[in-house]
Amino acid sequence: MLRFLTRRVARALAALGSMGQLLLDMGRGFRDVGVWPALTATQMRRIGVDSLPIGLFIAAFTGIVLALQASYTFRTAVPLYFVGTLVGKTIMLELGPVLTGLALAGRVGANIAAELGTMRVTEQVDALETLAYNPTSYLVIPRVLAATIMFPVVVTAAIAMGLFSGYVTAVNLLDLTTVEFIRGLRLFYEFKDIWFGLVKSMSFGFAIALVGSARGLGVRHGAEEVGRATTQAVVLGAQLILVLDAFWAVVLL
Amino acid sequence: MIAFRDVHKAFGPEPVLQGFSLEIPEGQTTVLLGYSGSGKSVALKLIVGLLDPDAGEVVVDDAVVHQLDADGLTAVRARIGFVFQFAALFDSMTVGENLALGLRRRGLSATEIADRTAEALELVGLPGAEPRSPAELSGGMRKRVGLARAIALRPRYILYDEPTTGLDPVTAAVIDQLIVRTRQTYGVTGLVVTHDMRSAYTVGDRIAMLFRGRIRQVGTVAQIRESHDAVVRQFMEGRPEAAADAERPTGAVA
Repeated sequence: MLRFLTRRVARALAALGSMGQLLLDMGRGFRDVGVWPALTATQMRRIGVDSLPIGLFIAAFTGIVLALQASYTFRTAVPLYFVGTLVGKTIMLELGPVLTGLALAGRVGANIAAELGTMRVTEQVDALETLAYNPTSYLVIPRVLAATIMFPVVVTAAIAMGLFSGYVTAVNLLDLTTVEFIRGLRLFYEFKDIWFGLVKSMSFGFAIALVGSARGLGVRHGAEEVGRATTQAVVLGAQLILVLDAFWAVVLL
Repeated sequence: MIAFRDVHKAFGPEPVLQGFSLEIPEGQTTVLLGYSGSGKSVALKLIVGLLDPDAGEVVVDDAVVHQLDADGLTAVRARIGFVFQFAALFDSMTVGENLALGLRRRGLSATEIADRTAEALELVGLPGAEPRSPAELSGGMRKRVGLARAIALRPRYILYDEPTTGLDPVTAAVIDQLIVRTRQTYGVTGLVVTHDMRSAYTVGDRIAMLFRGRIRQVGTVAQIRESHDAVVRQFMEGRPEAAADAERPTGAVA
């Protein structure tokens, strides 16, 4: 048991160490301005635009469920227009950023780890180096930057979709008018509800891309290791999202 | 000139190179022979700084590679083309983009890049292959594109990692011809790592045999063919018996 725990702690520390080293490499790699800016634009499309469908899909159903559950909870004691309040607050502060983040930890984190891991075992990373490119500038910085910039965009779209689906559900399936839903939505609304979620989602994007890159570039041999790195990227990314979620709640709320 | 001086390299408890010393003369193609896992590819990676030695030094044009800073290493790499065992083509790019990547890094204009790309692909017998995807190519064609990517850089040195491994005899002979033609056309210094004796005899001016982490014997192709060293003979003739247990080189030619 003790040996198992020691091994787990050692592995976690090694993972943190590799991410720390990658952060230092990124600091140096930013000087290579002839390389990463153009590649960042490509990654913004792959990581951000291509992730919109899954973000919107999750948010649409989350909005529906939230509206119905709020109505179920409020039906005796609380006025029904509070459905708008609950849908708005929950989607903007928590479920929009976190559910989208978790989905993208799978989609984006796994994609980055698998792609870079495969590039490592097929010597494409070595080939980049022999062509005088720094792999951090060429591969890591564009992905981390793109995820940090595009996660808030995807989350914003997801929040809008969640609010819309919650509204459509409230108007069509509950005895609520448009005016009542909006009244509930505006009740207790603060601008912070928006930027809090966006700050969180930026940190999620950064963490997911960094973990995926570190796991992928850490691969040394074979398909089995690529598979393991991909799984680790998803699991570690999801854990980091929950830790960061709690961190921002403590710091900003 | 490239030189290995008393290089030691181990991976964990397993020593790979143990006092490996070898000089690669300018303008010639040197073949480094050795058993699978003997450290031949490690030697190539030490030259371009993909690995660092545990002890000893690798020198490229008077620069000790593992002591160079990032800019110095970039300058050394700019003089070296590397042909990987499985080509290591970037599969997210077309053939043309694969060749253009290194040229763009060297600051060439779009016209120069297009010209050099076309010329290199012509040399390896794949004219007009620029728009094709690496996934569409056979193993031999991928190796030729990998060679074209190195040639397009007009390097001073080209390092070939197992250039004919996994190819049918005819395609392997084509690759050997390309290596010879590259040296004749550009006067490039080559280091070829292989365990394919036919290839070694075709492309090599000199042959060095790596055995148990150090050079067992080195000489011209004719000298190595006439070698009486038990290990070298066993390797050349592909005999399975235990001559490889011989501790001391015999009949050294260089």
